[in-house]
Amino acid sequence: MSGLIKSSIARKVVMALSGLFLVIFLVLHVTINLASVISPDFFNEASHFMGYNPLVQYLMQPILIVGVIVHFVMGFALEIKNKQARGISYVQFKGGAAAPWVSRNMIYSGLVILAFLGLHFYDFWVHEMSYKYIQMNPEDPTRYYAETVEKFAPFWRTIIYVVSFVFLSLHLWHGFASSFQSMGVNNKYTPSIKSFAKIFAVVVPLAFVFIALYHHLNPITH
Amino acid sequence: MKLTLKIWRQKDASAKGQIVDYTLDGVEGDMSFLEMLDILNEELVSKGEEPVEFDHDCREGICGTCSLQINGEPHGPDRLITTCQLHMRKFNDGDTIVIEPFRAKAFPVIKDLIVDRSAFDRIQQAGGYISVNTSGNTVDANAIPIRKEDADKAMDAATCIGCGACVAACKNASAMLFTSAKVSQFALLPQGQVEAAERVENMVRQMDLEGFGNCTNTGACEVECPKGISLENIARMNREYLSATLKG
Repeated sequence: MSGLIKSSIARKVVMALSGLFLVIFLVLHVTINLASVISPDFFNEASHFMGYNPLVQYLMQPILIVGVIVHFVMGFALEIKNKQARGISYVQFKGGAAAPWVSRNMIYSGLVILAFLGLHFYDFWVHEMSYKYIQMNPEDPTRYYAETVEKFAPFWRTIIYVVSFVFLSLHLWHGFASSFQSMGVNNKYTPSIKSFAKIFAVVVPLAFVFIALYHHLNPITH
Repeated sequence: MKLTLKIWRQKDASAKGQIVDYTLDGVEGDMSFLEMLDILNEELVSKGEEPVEFDHDCREGICGTCSLQINGEPHGPDRLITTCQLHMRKFNDGDTIVIEPFRAKAFPVIKDLIVDRSAFDRIQQAGGYISVNTSGNTVDANAIPIRKEDADKAMDAATCIGCGACVAACKNASAMLFTSAKVSQFALLPQGQVEAAERVENMVRQMDLEGFGNCTNTGACEVECPKGISLENIARMNREYLSATLKG
C-alpha cells in the first residue's frame, strides 16, 4: 500500500478523483447561482440552507476544502517532479506540434483558478464567516441575493471573475476527460466522454460568466 | 540542397555540451537523414575533425536504435517513422536544422547525440516477460484460443521498438507509453495472466525509480511515436496497476 501512495499512477488517480469531485461541486454551484437570476427567493432559500445546514457546514464544506487543497498541492508536486524529469532543456522543443496548448499548460490555468479562489473565498466565505462567527449577526434568510448582486457592482471584480471563468473553461477542456484516462477508462465510450466534457467545459463557465455579467448590469436600485 | 546544421556536441557524459553550427552542401532529397549525417561526418573526418556521434543500427525502422530530436520533434517532422526513415526531401534548400539528443534525466547523454536508454532495459527486466518452460516442454502458443481483437491489440502494443521518442516528446519526459505498451502486450494475452499483477507493479515501480515524469495525458507521445502506440495502452496499464495494487 505504501508503494501505491508513492507511485506516479496513484498520484494521477488522486488528481483525477479530486478533479472529478470538484466538477460535481461545480454543477451544484452553478445550479444554485443560476437561481439568483431566475428566482431571488429560491436563491435566498438555497443559500440559507447551504449556510446553516450542519451537514453542509461541518461535513460537506470541510470535504470540499480538502478536495481543493489535495488537487492543487498534488498538482504542484507533480509539476515539480515533471519539470525535473527533463533535466537539460531542449534548445528547440515543438510541444505544440503534437499536443494542444490547454493540455500542456494545465499548471497555468490552474494557477489562475487558484488565485481566483483566493479572491472568491475573500468575497464570500470570509464575509460569511465574519457575519456569522465574528459579528455574531442573527440568521437572515433574505440577505443573500442582495449581497451577491452587490459584489458584482464593481467593474474590476466582474472582469476578474469573467477572465477566471475563461481559464476554468480551459482547465476543464483538458482536465475533465483526462481524469477518466488517468483512472484507466479508455473504451468505446471515450469519444462520448470527451464530447460531453468539452460541452461541459464551455457551458458551465459560460453560465458563471452570464451570472456575473447579469448582476453587474442589473444592480439593485433602492 | 545546402543546409545549416545546428548540432549538439558534447565530448562525454560529464562535459558541458553546446550547439555547433555546420554548413553542408550537396544534400539530395533521396538521402535519409542518417545518410546526410554520414556525409557530414565524412567531411569532418577528411578535415581531421571529430565526427558527430549518433545511434543507428538497422536503418529500416525496426530496431529502435536511432533517435534524435530534429527541429524540436523526435524523429523529425514526419509521422509514424524513425529518423532513419526520414528523407531529406522533407527539407528545403537553405533550411536550418536543429539536431539534439533525446532529453530526459533518465536518458543521460553519453556523447554528442547518443543517450543512454538502458533505463528502458531495466523497466523491461523488472517484468516485461513471461516465464515459460523452454526445456523441451514448451506449449505451442497457438494452441490457446485468443480473441482476434485481443490478439490484434497485443500485437499493436508489441510493435513498440523502445526508441524513447515518447519520452523525448512528452513535456514531462514520461515513459508511460513505453511501459504501458510492454505491459499491454502481455496483459491482453492468456500467457500474460499468471504474472500480470507482479509485472505491472514491478515495471511501474522501476519506471518511477528511473526518474521519468508523470503522464498528463497531453497525447504528444502517441502523435510522435514512430509505431503509433495508442494512449489506450496507458489507460490499460493504469487499470492493471490499480487492480493489482488494490487487490495486493
